[in-house]
Amino acid sequence: MRAALKTVEQVTAGEALAIDYAESEVLLDPAGAAYFTDDRLLVVSDMHLEKGSSFARRRVFLPPYDTAATLARLAAMAAKYDPSTIVSLGDAFHDDEASERLGDDAIAAIRAIASGRDLVWVTGNHDPSPPEGVPGVSVEMLAFGQTIFRHIAERDETGHEVSGHLHPCARLAREGRAVRRACFASDGVRLVMPSFGVFTGGLNVRDAAYDGLFDASRFRAYMLGTDRVYAVGPKGLIGD
Amino acid sequence: MALVSIATPPPASSSDGIDLPAPFLDWFASKGWRPRAHQLDLLEKAEAGRSALLIAPTGAGKTLAGFLPTLVDLARRGKAKPGTRKPGVHTLYISPLKALAVDIHRNLSTPVEEMALPVEIETRTGDTPQSRRQRQKLNPPDILLTTPEQLALLLSHKDAERFFSDLRHVVLDELHSLVTSKRGHMLALGLARLHRLCPGLKAIGLSATVSEPDLLRQWLVPQREGGEMADLITVAGGAKPDITILKSKERVPWSGHSARYAMAEVYEAIREHKTTLLFVNTRSQSELLFQELWRINEDNLPIALHHGSLDVSQRRKVEQAMQGNALRAIVATSTLDLGIDWGDVDLVVHVGSPKGASRLAQRIGRANHRMDEASKAILVPANRFEVMECQAALDANYLGAQDTPPLADGALDVLCQHILGTACAEPFRADDLYAEITAAAPYAGLPRAIFDQAVQFVAHGGYALQSYERYARIRLTQDGTWRVSHPSVAQQYRLNCGTIIEAPMLNIRLTRQRKGGPLRGGPVLGKIEEGFIEALAPGDTFLFAGKVLRFEGIHENDCIVSKASDLNAKVPAYAGGKFPTTTYLSEQVRKMLADPSGWDRLPRQVSDWLAIQKAKSLVPSPEQLLVETFPRGNRFYMVAYPFEGRLAHQTLCMLLTRRLERAKARPLGFVASDYAVAIWGLRDMGQMLRRSELSLSGLFDEDMLGDDLEAWLDESYLLKRTFRACATIAGLIEKRHPGREKSGRQMTVSADLIYDVLRTHEPDHILLQATRNDARTGLLDIGRLGDMLSRIKGRIVHKDLEMISPLAVPVMLEIGKETVHGGETSDALMAEAADDLIRDAIGADI
Repeated sequence: MRAALKTVEQVTAGEALAIDYAESEVLLDPAGAAYFTDDRLLVVSDMHLEKGSSFARRRVFLPPYDTAATLARLAAMAAKYDPSTIVSLGDAFHDDEASERLGDDAIAAIRAIASGRDLVWVTGNHDPSPPEGVPGVSVEMLAFGQTIFRHIAERDETGHEVSGHLHPCARLAREGRAVRRACFASDGVRLVMPSFGVFTGGLNVRDAAYDGLFDASRFRAYMLGTDRVYAVGPKGLIGD
Repeated sequence: MALVSIATPPPASSSDGIDLPAPFLDWFASKGWRPRAHQLDLLEKAEAGRSALLIAPTGAGKTLAGFLPTLVDLARRGKAKPGTRKPGVHTLYISPLKALAVDIHRNLSTPVEEMALPVEIETRTGDTPQSRRQRQKLNPPDILLTTPEQLALLLSHKDAERFFSDLRHVVLDELHSLVTSKRGHMLALGLARLHRLCPGLKAIGLSATVSEPDLLRQWLVPQREGGEMADLITVAGGAKPDITILKSKERVPWSGHSARYAMAEVYEAIREHKTTLLFVNTRSQSELLFQELWRINEDNLPIALHHGSLDVSQRRKVEQAMQGNALRAIVATSTLDLGIDWGDVDLVVHVGSPKGASRLAQRIGRANHRMDEASKAILVPANRFEVMECQAALDANYLGAQDTPPLADGALDVLCQHILGTACAEPFRADDLYAEITAAAPYAGLPRAIFDQAVQFVAHGGYALQSYERYARIRLTQDGTWRVSHPSVAQQYRLNCGTIIEAPMLNIRLTRQRKGGPLRGGPVLGKIEEGFIEALAPGDTFLFAGKVLRFEGIHENDCIVSKASDLNAKVPAYAGGKFPTTTYLSEQVRKMLADPSGWDRLPRQVSDWLAIQKAKSLVPSPEQLLVETFPRGNRFYMVAYPFEGRLAHQTLCMLLTRRLERAKARPLGFVASDYAVAIWGLRDMGQMLRRSELSLSGLFDEDMLGDDLEAWLDESYLLKRTFRACATIAGLIEKRHPGREKSGRQMTVSADLIYDVLRTHEPDHILLQATRNDARTGLLDIGRLGDMLSRIKGRIVHKDLEMISPLAVPVMLEIGKETVHGGETSDALMAEAADDLIRDAIGADI
């Protein structure tokens, strides 16, 4: 889904796109994190930590470096924006026992990231229970200012809502060339975060799962490029 | 391949030494035939317990030769006596094509029935129903006709040793085509296992003429000391084929692959012959040619189309019509290359260069199955370079030169798959398995350390960070054997077994356009690569199954299309599967170019073209690399002529562009053909060279295959594609099975992500080694590029021109026709879309 796995240096160097959201500035980072400037709040979603070991349980042996790589990217984001609060917007862990499989290095990395700031784990469908042995508080949802943060978007929600779960990605094709990239999806009221984990795939924003979530005329896919974020309107986007 | 091909009077035989059993003598006599010398020779070898390679041209009765030892042995053995155990499989026949196994079954059954031999023959392929496969394991036939995949599966079963306990012969058909691929590696490992299970096993290889028969002879027998060889029987070629190059009255185009200019002449040739087989190199060319022929088919001649992507039922229909001699012409790709019998073809037309001398010989062999009659063929070059290539291929055909590809070392992903399969059959000791595997010729040089890495990979992924040991698929037990840890591992193996990783394919479903309502149902026209479809937007048109189709969208596994009203497709067909010109043919073309005294053999238009090149620029000697620079429009061009085939050229372009960027020449783009590369940019590269700001020897230095290559590989989509195949074959990611792939796309792990993580964290992982090895010979052709760079060292000649040279015209015409894919274009595409948005929505809140 990404142009390529970015090194920590590349993640740090990416140029964020500033948008107006809920009357404040939000920086959309090409690494897939959002930073709410006024509240000094960094949001990531769907890290799916320990997905590798989760697959290994059914004898599919993905490289066991996904957790370390994802956390290194999160650490780079924390260093770049120096937030006072970090929110993980659900599915931080690929399964409900995953936090118990975290290695010592991973736990140390999470402690370092949480050091001197608040860390909030919003629970997700993959990890409904609070994680074990890691710092931070676990909640089902969170309100920050006038914005609600939850894992799965509520169709009835009328106010500003930031969610994850869907792993949005967008596809463009013209003149025999095509590109498919993870994206932030938003109509200015709702914002759906891209997945932040290194082993996570994406679901096209044209999929039926997104029906009814957005005001189509104001819809934007903020596609993650190599070192920039590109705002693309609904016109050029196609399904898979 | 038909047995009836021995109907022609045989050459004098040396049959005195061998006693054919009575039914055979009677049968031959009743037909008025006599066995051929090589058939009896092969029988003699087998009787003496020797393995053998039979090299014979099409129509020499190769198949009967291969089976004669089996039939004689079984005739002697007679029926099993009541009350005794029925023996197991006596002979295993392995062919690269399912269709070939079916064909052989039919052809072999006739003599067996006529001689009333007590021989049961059955096929076992991917199409064989489960019930029959089960029955075959309990009650095996005497002769089992099968494919490399089925052999691997049979060997992975717990009772494999018992199943093969009576095996005496294994017959490997079309060996020359099998050995060059990963399927060949899989088969070589399977054969090594058979040799161990059945120590007296005789392997019989059947092959077309190849450049190095000794390699195939080694392939057939266990390599213990190294260099052991099966015996060789060679049958001299039949009558020389009558091949001509179409001397067109029309103008031969500078570039392109359609050969549209020659259609009227090709059509005339079809009219003058009973049945014409038209070969092209790619599916898209076959589509174009078919459409062009029908456009001018005033007599409504029955002309059909046949390629691997068409729906099976459509293909079967065409094949039946062909066998029934109901067709006048058939346009085909390599699906018809191999030895299937095709009725009375009296002319082969090859449109486009055959790209290799051996390939030409094999395709022309299709025309005529009576080896003593000359086959007739016409080559139709699609452009001027192809004229030279066709001439070179034709010369080679007369000289008998062969340029079959060299054999690659055994692939490591196939090795991993085989190790797991072996463990599924029975526990193994690492030392024993290593000895068995290195007895297979492609793996004879496999270092022990790599083998051990492969075992670790099979066990738990083989990562330096050994965190998956508790989930291992195979475990080293106390008695020193590796054992499968759970029965589900065998299931996993069976689902993933095989080496043919097809690009994911979608059905093309033709629907009717309906205003408003959704598109539904309709016939399936065939299959198309998902990668091609992904680059289409709804409304784009493309050519398939002889029709211009409009892309509507994708629904589950269907690519929904409707009939388009325009005559010309907007998106050029996917060019994949194009063979690069062989090294041999390239060398011949370079020689031909450098030798003006031979130009008079070429059509006048072509020799004139070369003469102007000589006058205006330079014609390089065969060892030299000519580099031309010239301005055109507001751009500056650099054109080089390595003649090393498109794949190596694409890699070269990618690397040169990086270097030119560093040298601040500001390159903008490139295009690669089979013969030349062209790079253009904003700065005058000729001037840079004059002022020594740029050096050609530095630019083309071999060290580009070091860091530059590594850096480029980081981003190359080609390498990712290669990795995906390796990871699937090795069993790291599961093969996609029809109907399952589209569900929960965000939950699957893409091979690209795994590749990125692995490259960063474990660059020496066995799968990355496998990927690099493949890239060397495969999509990137790095091996060939390296050979070229070392050949031209100190032999680069530069021509600084004021305008484009004649030789440069063909590659310059490719600009704009070829899409350059790659990671670099993706961001540009998003940037364009973002710009559109800004333009559309001035004042909008973005």
